[in-house]
Amino acid sequence: MNSVVCIAQVPDTEARIKIASDGRHIDETGVKFIVSPYDEYALEEAIRAKEKQGGDVTVIAFGPDRVQQALRECLARGATKALQVKGETADADALGIATVLAAAIKSVPHDVVFFGKQGVGTDNSLVGAMVAELLGYPQVNVVTHVELGDGKLTAHREIEGAEEIIECPLPAVVTAQKGLNEPRYASLKGIMAAKKIAIEAKSIADLGLQDSEIVNQRVTVVSLDLPPEKSGGRKIDGADAAAAAKEIVKFIREEAKAL
Amino acid sequence: MAGVLVFLETKDGKIKKVSREALSIARKLAEGAGGDVIGFASDRAVAEEAGRYGAKKVYVANIGPYLTETYAAVMKQVCDDVQPSVVLLGGSSNGRDLAPRLAAKLNAGVASDVDRLEWTGGKLRARRPVYSGKAFATVEVSSTPATATTRPNAFPAEETGGGAAEVVEVSVAAESKAKLLETRVPEAGEMSIAEADIIVSGGRGLKEAANFSLIRDLAHALGGAVGASRATVDAGWIDHQHQVGQTGRVVSPNLYIAAGVSGAIQHLAGMSSSKHIVAINKDPEAPIFRVADLGVVGDLFQIVPALTEEVKRAKAH
Repeated sequence: MNSVVCIAQVPDTEARIKIASDGRHIDETGVKFIVSPYDEYALEEAIRAKEKQGGDVTVIAFGPDRVQQALRECLARGATKALQVKGETADADALGIATVLAAAIKSVPHDVVFFGKQGVGTDNSLVGAMVAELLGYPQVNVVTHVELGDGKLTAHREIEGAEEIIECPLPAVVTAQKGLNEPRYASLKGIMAAKKIAIEAKSIADLGLQDSEIVNQRVTVVSLDLPPEKSGGRKIDGADAAAAAKEIVKFIREEAKAL
Repeated sequence: MAGVLVFLETKDGKIKKVSREALSIARKLAEGAGGDVIGFASDRAVAEEAGRYGAKKVYVANIGPYLTETYAAVMKQVCDDVQPSVVLLGGSSNGRDLAPRLAAKLNAGVASDVDRLEWTGGKLRARRPVYSGKAFATVEVSSTPATATTRPNAFPAEETGGGAAEVVEVSVAAESKAKLLETRVPEAGEMSIAEADIIVSGGRGLKEAANFSLIRDLAHALGGAVGASRATVDAGWIDHQHQVGQTGRVVSPNLYIAAGVSGAIQHLAGMSSSKHIVAINKDPEAPIFRVADLGVVGDLFQIVPALTEEVKRAKAH
């Protein structure tokens, strides 16, 4: 079972977001970058498949050289190969990124392709399904359980208040939801072993694509703004629970009009 | 080439709320972009309701329950016929599953999870929360069609009093490699926070898993859904489906009540766009009070049960 895991490198979820001087991007100064949290579930699932059924786990990231650190971390956890597609993704739209990743995936042997259900930060939830369409593969999105069988997979897809059990032939695209598994940390042995694995690097041109196919084709960020600072509303003392309850009900009825 | 095409998700012969919201904003966009609002549904029973929300025409394909590949293939065919300027999908699980697959077929750009939409300068302009609401991106979609998924509860669903939409039957031979084997609904069907109008959330201040019953009781009394902070989910007190915030769900209900939630940055990011916020916390310095319209400093173990009783009394009147 050969797996590909596509990862995104994103600002740490604890990071304070500052807007860059161009007013369209975030200011990356001092921002710590991490592997997008949902991608960790995707990677873990692929590593478990390898441990059970053998094969390779290839992690792929599209981005500037800082993504090598994220790829290195995935190797330390148990991925066997890593591929960086070099490029600046800040102005690429989701379909541009998907086009690059689809071409990169084609260059690697695979039975199943894992993504996180969304890149934390841009929160688009688009790239996995777009790659599936570009490759002509079935997709199962927002998955909390996967069984990889002979030439097929069965996955549990989370929907509002229920889950769907979906079966599809391989190759297929799966996007991971929190709860799919408990991702492992890198072991010291893993970190040492990862150092011996070379990260392969390709340019967009190596994949037979042109920059103009990737950048600003369909969606452009016009501006990025911080939400208005809220100063907080009324604060009351809740020492008398019954009185506080009455005050809250009054608020729910008169302001929220929800009673 | 004109008009706005809306994916109408249906349940039991009715259009889901998130799709009615999409229809309503579609009408405003069509005023600028020109053309009519046109729906696509897999159930012809919704033609009358679609008309009431402003759709002139509804394309109907009898293709059964949702499957990505089938629905994307049919929507593509409808797009080829309608040549819309804009395609809107309500941001439900299925809408957000379908939008990227369809967009890749159409070579179209997608603005995901938008809470504002306008047609300006011949283009679709959308606002969308990024970094879980820590910032807002204004994006322009310049492809034809331009596509977007709408955030649940961000746009009001408004009837226009229009007559039944004209039905156009579509027949397609779209195959899906993926098959739906089964849909499992948990027995005690809990309301999802995704589209809820009212959410009552609990945090670490509840002290232990069993005390989530206080939150559930209040949520049930109000007819709302149960939310949770990341700390309580990570502690295993409650299922991840309930988690609000980054790595959970970003929600914008009409009423959000947070009890014992201190308000970590990634929780605030996930709920601060709620329209009315009540916070109950014993720490007067808790960051949650910064976003609350009504903050109550006190003991949730006293206040929440009292509030539940008071809500029940208010409902009885």
